[in-house]
Amino acid sequence: MGVLSFTDRGIWCEAGGFYIDPWRPVAKALVTHGHSDHARWGMDAYLSTDIAAPVIRQRLGEDIRLDTIRYGEVRRIGEADVSFHPAGHVPGSAQIRIEVQGEVWVVSGDYKVVPDGLSDPFEPVSCHAFVSECTFGLPVFRWTPQDELKRQIDGWWAANRAAGRVSMLGAYALGKAQRLLAMVDPAGPILTHGAVENVNETLRAQGIALPDTIRVTPETNVKDYSGALVIATPSALGTPWARRFGTVSSAFASGWMALRGVRRRRAADRGFVVSDHADWDGLNAAIRETGAERVFVTHGYTSSFRRWLEGEGYDAGIVATEWEGDEAAEDAGVEEAS
Amino acid sequence: MKRFAALFAAVDQTTKTNAKVAALADYFREAPEADKLWTLALFTGRRPRRTITAGRLRDWAAEAAGLPLWLFEDSYAVVGDLAETISLILPPPTRSSDESLSFWIAEIGRLSKQDEPARKAGILDAWDRLAPAERLLFTKLLTGGFRVGVSARLVTRALAQASDVPEAELQHRLMGSWTPANTSWKGLIEAPDPTADASRPYPFYLAYQLDDPGDLGDPADWFAERKWDGIRGQLILRGGDHYLWSRGEDLMTDRFPELAELTDRLPPGTVIDGEVLAWDGDAPLPFARLQPRIGRKTVPKKLLAEAPVILMAYDLLEEGGADIREVPFQERRARLARLVETLPPGAPMRLSPGVDFSDLDMLVEERAASRDLGAEGLMLKRRASPYLSGRKRGDWWKWKVDPLTIDAVMVYAQAGSGRRANLFTDFTFAVSDGDEFVPFTKAYSGLTDAEFRQITAWVRRNTLQRFGPVRQVPPTQVFEIAFEGIQASPRHKSGVALRFPRMLRWRKDKPVGEIDTLEHLKEMLAAYG
Ligand SMILES: [Zn+2]
Ligand SMILES: [Zn+2]
Repeated sequence: MGVLSFTDRGIWCEAGGFYIDPWRPVAKALVTHGHSDHARWGMDAYLSTDIAAPVIRQRLGEDIRLDTIRYGEVRRIGEADVSFHPAGHVPGSAQIRIEVQGEVWVVSGDYKVVPDGLSDPFEPVSCHAFVSECTFGLPVFRWTPQDELKRQIDGWWAANRAAGRVSMLGAYALGKAQRLLAMVDPAGPILTHGAVENVNETLRAQGIALPDTIRVTPETNVKDYSGALVIATPSALGTPWARRFGTVSSAFASGWMALRGVRRRRAADRGFVVSDHADWDGLNAAIRETGAERVFVTHGYTSSFRRWLEGEGYDAGIVATEWEGDEAAEDAGVEEAS
Repeated sequence: MKRFAALFAAVDQTTKTNAKVAALADYFREAPEADKLWTLALFTGRRPRRTITAGRLRDWAAEAAGLPLWLFEDSYAVVGDLAETISLILPPPTRSSDESLSFWIAEIGRLSKQDEPARKAGILDAWDRLAPAERLLFTKLLTGGFRVGVSARLVTRALAQASDVPEAELQHRLMGSWTPANTSWKGLIEAPDPTADASRPYPFYLAYQLDDPGDLGDPADWFAERKWDGIRGQLILRGGDHYLWSRGEDLMTDRFPELAELTDRLPPGTVIDGEVLAWDGDAPLPFARLQPRIGRKTVPKKLLAEAPVILMAYDLLEEGGADIREVPFQERRARLARLVETLPPGAPMRLSPGVDFSDLDMLVEERAASRDLGAEGLMLKRRASPYLSGRKRGDWWKWKVDPLTIDAVMVYAQAGSGRRANLFTDFTFAVSDGDEFVPFTKAYSGLTDAEFRQITAWVRRNTLQRFGPVRQVPPTQVFEIAFEGIQASPRHKSGVALRFPRMLRWRKDKPVGEIDTLEHLKEMLAAYG
């Protein structure tokens, strides 16, 4: 097969004797990032970037055997040379490069190519074969530029604040929420759902700067915070937890908000088109820059995207994985509750 | 177009009724008259006719975006809306435009008269000048598929606030065949001429489903009749002409030429609410026989002979040119009966027979007999009730029979489109046949959003095989499927086709060994087909 093979436990490297983001218990797991579909329970040993490690420990337990590696550091594992490179998806997220006897394969994990002001920006890594996610692998997905997004969100919050209304923004707890926090104009109090604040605390403890936030607890007196911005998990909107804030202006921040139908179903007052996955142009640019001839796609609109890549001259295949975490599933409400 | 796009965004996204009405009312106060008139037309379902085929628009958009057609089609399958797909895949505009809604509608009219290269150039030019939200609306106008997430009722309420004309009055004025081309804002809203539109129907009175017949009170206050399974229609006889309107405000006159003879048999100035039914001389034919006549503008002779129709008359709204909707139902019905009595036997109109009952038990029995008579259930009308507008509670109730049901297992799942682009919502169900599972229907609706999310998570974790967008899942999830009718269908492997199939319940308690069999499905076909 080559440097990597695709098994029902995960992506396997024979030369190195390890799996990448496996979904069944294995001896050695290299993990691209802390989202629950990539970093799972039950592995004998884990390897991740030093930046991703604290969140992985927080989620899988302090007692896991987790070794860390810095971006760009090359480590020999068995007969393979392995290094981790920024994927720009969430803080610490990595693409994993594996070189065996001069043949280079890269597994993208989840990625986006546009800098978000929080995660280390995506770094193109040249390779012979690239395993790419394609959560949003259709040309209808094109994200709002970051500066325009900031204008939209700041404007929405300012208008609500002027009207004395709370702005409630639903965003995925790990990554999206912090990216938005780092972006918005901190013009007033920012409250957070517990699942978001848990991640905030972990990131702050490792030295990542985030604006001040207030954790919402059962004791929080919501009347003290008219005009505040509340950042919650998408699944918290519309629940009793959210209703205590009274009539709010609600919004979701998700790549799915590009579709009118989904915006209408989620029935929020606003939908901001923002994702931590690459959009159509991002996917194509990233793949082009790897210089890879072989591309394996996973995670999302795989059959359309594979066919498109084939038309563009790539040797393209589909890899069945069980990675359908964060944004692919967030709208379906199957995110974790932690 | 910017102002209209802002209005559309405001009413399309929020679910807060008051916010929708406020945005509409502001618009009706401020926008120029030509734009207001068009907005009113569009929001009440008066879409300009499609002037350019969907295929052409798709070709041009794919070409402008540099994408192969198959990829456009794959994207369309996810987005679920042609105009939206186009507006999303096109490259961002390089220019901008301050022109109004009515300007762009006139522009579409102008382009529709030109040859194809000129049309294409004009449309590509427009796409390049309009911001994405405006581009979506412009393209929806081109495809003739303009729909908005706001009911005619809210539009009327907003217009009442902005114009000081009472809501019920506006509701009536906005019915009928007016278009922005044949009327003006003044003629329609401010100073209407009641004789201007002889075809103008009255707003239909619609009933809610009755949950508990015990709520009715004294049986003597109520009149019962069958709820016939056809097409609700309003027949208008005015000035020697006749018009037949559907509940969706479609003019269906030419589809049912049988009714033309009523112009000679009934006095002008008569308006009747009834049900168009395929009729075999004594009894209604199944709805399936009427179906082929619905889609056609004109009817071939063969079909006329196979499925002749009548109007089953329910109510009289106008008599001698006078609006009698305020007259109590009992009296309106008596006058209707006198009119129908004047018709010769074999005329294409009958009086919907009353159902006799003196207590609730009799009513329950009558309802149970509905399916055998080809009816959907009972209608209950308070004898003293006026003919109201729209769906109202209290005086009229429909009491439909329980649907037919069957327990089946899910075998395939497919992601929805549009609203449900990232949820699995389209399922194929099977009954058992020995050791095999035989797929017999698809169903898309009936679950709550929370249940759809749950089943989506399950499908993601339990996919056996993928066939393009379709996933095969293990046959373990049992659902109770409800449907309104069953017909033989050689096109389906199971040999049957269901009418209005939907998921009634997710039977998590039921093992797959207890689902219904193909044999049982065939028995149902024999009994109800
Ligand atoms: Zn992720
Ligand atoms: Zn993922």
